[in-house]
Amino acid sequence: MQRAEAGRRTDGAARKKQKRPQRFYDYSLLFAIVFLTIFGLIMIYSASSYKAQITYKGDAAHFLVRQGVIAGAGFVAMIVISKMDYHWYAKLAPAGIFLSWILMILVTFTPLGHESNGKKRWLGPESLRFQPTELVKVAVIVALAAMIVKLGRRTDRFAGKFWAIMIVMPLALLVVLNNLSSGIIIVGIGFVMMFVGSKEKWPYALCMGAAGIVYAFAGPICKFLTDFKIMQPYQLERVLIWQDPEAYPKGFQVLQGLYAIGSGGLFGKGLGQSIQKMGFVPEAQNDMIFSIICEELGLFGAVSVIFIFVFIIYRFMVIASNAPDLFGAMIVVGVMGHIAIQVILNIAVVTNSMPNTGITLPFISYGGTSILFLMVEMGMVLSVSNQIKLEK
Amino acid sequence: MNRNLSCHRGRTVFVCLAGCLAMLALTGRLGYLMVCRSGYYSQMADDLHQRERTIKAARGRILDRSGTVIADNRTVCTISVIHNQITDPDRVTEVLSRELGLSAEKVRARVEKYSSREIVGTNIDKELGDRIRDYRLDGVKVDEDYKRYYPFDSLASRVLGFTGGDNQGIIGLEVEYEEYLKGKNGVILTMADAAGVELENAFEERIEPEAGADLTISLDVNIQTYAQQAALKVMEEKNAGRVSVIVMNPQNGEILAMVNVPEFNLNDPFTLNTEPEDGSLSQQDLLNRMWRNPSINDTYEPGSTFKIITAAAGLEAGVVGLDDTFSCPGFRIVEDRKIRCHKTSGHGAETFVQATMNSCNPVFIDVGQRLGVENYYHYFTQFGLLGKTGVDLPGEAATIMHKKENMGLVELATVSFGQSFQITPLQLITTASSIINGGSRVTPHFGLRVTSAGGESVHTFSWPVKSGILSEETSANMRYLLEQVVAEGGGKKAALEGYRIGGKTATSEKLPRSANKYIASFLGFAPADDPQVIALITIDEPEGVYYGGTIAAPVIADIFQNILPYLGIEKESAQAETVFASTGGN
Repeated sequence: MQRAEAGRRTDGAARKKQKRPQRFYDYSLLFAIVFLTIFGLIMIYSASSYKAQITYKGDAAHFLVRQGVIAGAGFVAMIVISKMDYHWYAKLAPAGIFLSWILMILVTFTPLGHESNGKKRWLGPESLRFQPTELVKVAVIVALAAMIVKLGRRTDRFAGKFWAIMIVMPLALLVVLNNLSSGIIIVGIGFVMMFVGSKEKWPYALCMGAAGIVYAFAGPICKFLTDFKIMQPYQLERVLIWQDPEAYPKGFQVLQGLYAIGSGGLFGKGLGQSIQKMGFVPEAQNDMIFSIICEELGLFGAVSVIFIFVFIIYRFMVIASNAPDLFGAMIVVGVMGHIAIQVILNIAVVTNSMPNTGITLPFISYGGTSILFLMVEMGMVLSVSNQIKLEK
Repeated sequence: MNRNLSCHRGRTVFVCLAGCLAMLALTGRLGYLMVCRSGYYSQMADDLHQRERTIKAARGRILDRSGTVIADNRTVCTISVIHNQITDPDRVTEVLSRELGLSAEKVRARVEKYSSREIVGTNIDKELGDRIRDYRLDGVKVDEDYKRYYPFDSLASRVLGFTGGDNQGIIGLEVEYEEYLKGKNGVILTMADAAGVELENAFEERIEPEAGADLTISLDVNIQTYAQQAALKVMEEKNAGRVSVIVMNPQNGEILAMVNVPEFNLNDPFTLNTEPEDGSLSQQDLLNRMWRNPSINDTYEPGSTFKIITAAAGLEAGVVGLDDTFSCPGFRIVEDRKIRCHKTSGHGAETFVQATMNSCNPVFIDVGQRLGVENYYHYFTQFGLLGKTGVDLPGEAATIMHKKENMGLVELATVSFGQSFQITPLQLITTASSIINGGSRVTPHFGLRVTSAGGESVHTFSWPVKSGILSEETSANMRYLLEQVVAEGGGKKAALEGYRIGGKTATSEKLPRSANKYIASFLGFAPADDPQVIALITIDEPEGVYYGGTIAAPVIADIFQNILPYLGIEKESAQAETVFASTGGN
């Protein structure tokens, strides 16, 4: 385990060692987060400046400035949260779930929800608009962690499953109405946390097996489901496009991403040299930003980005394994699940390894709500790391 | 609790490993896409990004034999607006509508249309284009382009032809010499964004255009102009449907003039040159008719001018001599048909020379009958009459002749004096040329040479000549015979003081015979003893007097009077004239 400087130590604190135990603070994780966020800002500028210039009358830095301000605020929030005792959040769990409910109902069923591209995902006035689904993710992590701690051994029994489903599923369904991919991520977070929190094997193995079979036979299964009107035809189309994007006219979006990735080659065209960002790749600064990274920085840059995510996940594992208690461990596991699922799904979509659905790449994609709540989650993880007592 | 925790730890590690494994798999997928499929996808991406902009090549010019440019290029401008580069839409609208004479609403609609490029005006004169460029308006683009321009408007319109929107030849020489004239378009390869806007500073590849080669043709602008004036004059006088004149060098087949009046304006080829008489023909049919070159594309019954061929075949075969005597009662009975001479009272007793001067049908029927179908057909083929002439113009019509096995004595008789079959005027003048030039079948042509735009490479065309289609002696006899026609016979209105002119008149009745419509024609050449120029005029449907000897021969005399000195053919001295007169008395 890595030895690091204690957070609150002052020069005079050396003598108090025996009284106040040295505390751990995961600076390597902090550094990775800061690095990734700044790298993300650079890539947002690179990917968006051309279109921003056209759309916002020459303001090439439009997206960069917005994202930079929110990331800065998020960074402050992260540091503040990381210095707080995480046990305190447990009390907020019921309030968080309740707030999630209220916001999701407001955004979905009232005119307060702002619709864009036919999806009601945004809440609030123009200047302070945000996506409640990001809050739902944090709320679910905290609530499930608190539940698993409270139920203890009963987590494996009916009560555990019942409460987990009661916490996750209704919210996930509300989210799915307008945002299928976020719903999948919320369910995925719940699945990972329940898996770590329980001792059972078979239900989880069965679920993973079923998911594997669905992935392998997606075409026939989706055709079958569409025939019985369970799936919408447009969803089936996405599956078919995924399997052969060149055969469908609507496959051009997926293909544009592949063109960008393919034209990157080993070392890429160089930072800022992407052509696909000039209107060819849709949402170049958003869901598809990874394809621009591939085009500009090549396989080398893309693999480096993946390795930083692998490192972050590894740090999560280390913190979770050394967390002083189950609650802290479960929070870190939840965040780990969130980041891992989102990274994997985003890269899988961009590389056309799964059907297209809008998932952002954590820390890098443009999106204010996303970066803010990611920073909050990172603050929670760092707070857990800060509670680890270093043994002498 | 401790065991519990260690279980959680194990599972945390498991989740972490599973996540890392998934990312590793995706890394593999990335490696496949970015290494193995890189070539494929970057090619597709390049195809998507690259914009090909052609730079039009200047089309080669067409020059007459003395170097006068008769088909040229004019620089014209295309004015377009680029929506997202316009900074002052009101001024752009105001300037463009004023300068181009368009309504302000029309221009405004173009200016406000959100597109990568909107064309406001095409074929704008270079001066106007330059003036608009001088305003230096943002978002207004002035592109230069070439447009074909014919300085002489309608001169030799059906011969030269014109070009279409892509500067491609549509009819005439413009089509025939397309491969030399068109040049090679250049290309600018640029990168463009998804909206089609070209990227600045992007890699740009440029392939320069190659201008087309200049074509020099045998046509002479002065001779063409004069022949056209003469043709127009007779067309007006006789209220004829059309008049065609071909002037050619009989020694080598170079065509000096080919007039088909009414001509049309090459700079405005889609406007009809005549009032449509009724609605039976569509606009396109009328245009096609206007663009036709009747000297080459249409056949007619040549009539008496064809007696040149019959006489040549008869003399060459030895079935007739110049001094053989014949008798013409005004008709000849062939099998069961009574075929009339144009002089119904008959020419009486006459020599072959006199019969030719009189254009006596029964005598030529006799010559034909003496030759027989087999022999006649043999000379037909030998003179090159059956195929096409091989002229360098598109759409030449072939001779329409009886099949040998269907040719009875009656058909032979009518063919002998130029009826019941059809040839083009060009075929007639070419065959006549070959007969009087000493027996060399020439290929009529316009193309002399092509010169590359820089002038460094010259390609001279060579045209096939088949010599020995008849003996020099027969050729000399034919020149003598035809000179007599002009000197004292039916063609005397073509006589020109101081020049020895040979020729033959014809008046052919158009089909159906009952319509009483005629084609008056005359074929003449000079000097008669050493032909340097040969001309054929056909006057279609003249009103009033319609005899070729009366209305067609004087036109050729008029043309010769002007072009012979121009061609450097001197008048013979008075002494030569006396010699000529004594020879003529023989």
